Amino acid sequence: MSAPVLNAQQTPAAAVEGFSRSETVTLAWPMIMLSVFFVIPFGTMLAVSFFERVPGGFFEPGFTLDSYARFIDPFFFKSLGMTMMIAGSASLLCLILAVPFTWTLTRMRHHHRVLWLVALLSILSLSEVIIGFSWSLLLSRSTGIGNILVWLGIENRAPKLSPGLGAVLTGLCYLGFPYAVLVLFPQLSRLDPTLHEAARMLGASPRRAFMNVVLPNIAKALVAAFIMVFVFTLGAYLIPQLLGKPQQWTLPVLIADQALFQSNLPFAAAMSIFLLGVSLSLVVCVGWLGRSSQARIEDQSTTQSTTQSAAS
Amino acid sequence: MSLQIAGVGKDFGKQTALSDVTLDIAGGELICLLGPSGCGKTTLLRIIAGLESASRGSITLDGDDLMQQAAHQRNFGMVFQSLALFPHLSVEDNITYGLRLRKMPAAARRQRAAELLDMVRLPGVAKRAVSMLSGGQRQRVAIARALAIEPRIFLLDEPLSALDAGLREAMQIELRELQQRLGITTIVVTHDQREAMTVADRIAVMNGGTIHQMGSPIDVYRRPADKFVASFIGQTNLIPATWQDDRLIVRGSLFDPGQAARDNQHTSPDSHETWLSIRPEELIVLDNNAASPPGATILEATVRFIRDVGASIEAHLELPANDNQPAQSLVALVSRDKVQHLHSGDTTRIQLTADCTVVLET
Repeated sequence: MSAPVLNAQQTPAAAVEGFSRSETVTLAWPMIMLSVFFVIPFGTMLAVSFFERVPGGFFEPGFTLDSYARFIDPFFFKSLGMTMMIAGSASLLCLILAVPFTWTLTRMRHHHRVLWLVALLSILSLSEVIIGFSWSLLLSRSTGIGNILVWLGIENRAPKLSPGLGAVLTGLCYLGFPYAVLVLFPQLSRLDPTLHEAARMLGASPRRAFMNVVLPNIAKALVAAFIMVFVFTLGAYLIPQLLGKPQQWTLPVLIADQALFQSNLPFAAAMSIFLLGVSLSLVVCVGWLGRSSQARIEDQSTTQSTTQSAAS
Repeated sequence: MSLQIAGVGKDFGKQTALSDVTLDIAGGELICLLGPSGCGKTTLLRIIAGLESASRGSITLDGDDLMQQAAHQRNFGMVFQSLALFPHLSVEDNITYGLRLRKMPAAARRQRAAELLDMVRLPGVAKRAVSMLSGGQRQRVAIARALAIEPRIFLLDEPLSALDAGLREAMQIELRELQQRLGITTIVVTHDQREAMTVADRIAVMNGGTIHQMGSPIDVYRRPADKFVASFIGQTNLIPATWQDDRLIVRGSLFDPGQAARDNQHTSPDSHETWLSIRPEELIVLDNNAASPPGATILEATVRFIRDVGASIEAHLELPANDNQPAQSLVALVSRDKVQHLHSGDTTRIQLTADCTVVLET
């Protein structure tokens, strides 16, 4: 009984001084973690990207833009384009699968829904390594799902599905799918189910009602889910390497190659900074696009209503 | 457009939500499906709309089998309880959505939207966002949107439940006027008996997935078919009674319920328990000094509480317990001048007459 009273007395004094000691200790922990595991490594990487490379050796402190200058190279742009293409199509594919799935999920009975969500969350507990190797087995010629086609008599010889672009996309999709569902789920379950029914009563087929009424109302969640999966797959390193041919190696694979095998740390660091910059600006761009289109709709309706009231 | 519903039932798993409902609705008629929540009224409406499939039975519209048509092929207008206005579209685009699907040119659509907004008395909001409207305005937009497609049948699912009491009553009258002007066959689902009495040509009182009684508002109020209908529609006093062949015994006294009730009993003469329903405003409280009319059924009661409700006096009475029956409380609404001598704790008499008493067919 006495504890809350004591607290109530302490709080105003603590507020004047800023944080109480216990609050400072509590807040210090994440601060320390953040600086040790994020700010310091990032600073180091940023610094290294400007260091001079010693061919055949390691690197020397200094300031040069040599590593950044290496970006002006068709090979680099090709792999950057490939990285964007793979991340973009993987996220798109992921959304195309995740939207109808989540839509169905929100309309399930409660205990069925819980089962599905548990199954999805258990995918998150698998590491990229396990997912990568599993898919490479599943898509291989000797033990893969292609053998089912042979068994059914559709194909004479099991196709070799991995490595290849399809295999990379499949792996990345599998990786991103639970995230997409988790981002979409709250929005979709909050959506009024009678919106779809209302459109149907007005004469829209179920598919049309979905396109005209449901889709525009979940656009924000779709964009959020897309960015989430895009940034996530942009950083994927193991899946493209395990399931892709060298042509499908994305920037993270090249970065690892430069850092680990070519021992060109300044170039690897410069590429990492570049990749980070690209994904950050994409996130900002899409966020800004979403906000401005929202503002435009609101502008329109307010100007229209003001002209209307002025007219009357 | 007349609608024939024959033996329609719906099961959810092992549970029966609707058991074999049969209903004929004439063209231009307004029917209210009235009942407590979970009585199957919304399920029936959704089956008529095509949003839910029936487990059995058939529905035909002027001989046209509706079971073969999906919801979007039926051309029915529906107003949902949540209104379901499309939040990303303006008022005009909401109203003309159905017309856009029917490939009406843009100029004609705009004109039609303006007409409809005039019709629901909401001019000048066409370009506004739905989120900028008040509850009553949204209600009107939802009605205009449903009527825009010139529906064959107009369906409303608890359409006014989101509005506050005063606005709701005004909208009920407006809705009824609009429906009569358009002459459109309409089905309204509601749990509010006052709303049903206001708008309906006929009321279907539902409970437990079946229709208990179907009739005009005054019919359902004056001649409730059973105990459920009597207590659901308005306030009533239910007094247990016993048929002994063709004699009706109420708390030890013989009571003549009138020719109609006796005829009804003659069709299956046996002895069984039943209930008398007497509306509070029809319960006759006799003056203290008045002589008992000869041959009348008189019951003694104690006055428990007197309450002035403005237009009349509400008297809470109690029939005392006797050998066979426990004490029972009654409510009577009586005019002011009649009960000047009535005080709490007094003993008074009530008279049962055939005119104001309904014998329920249990």
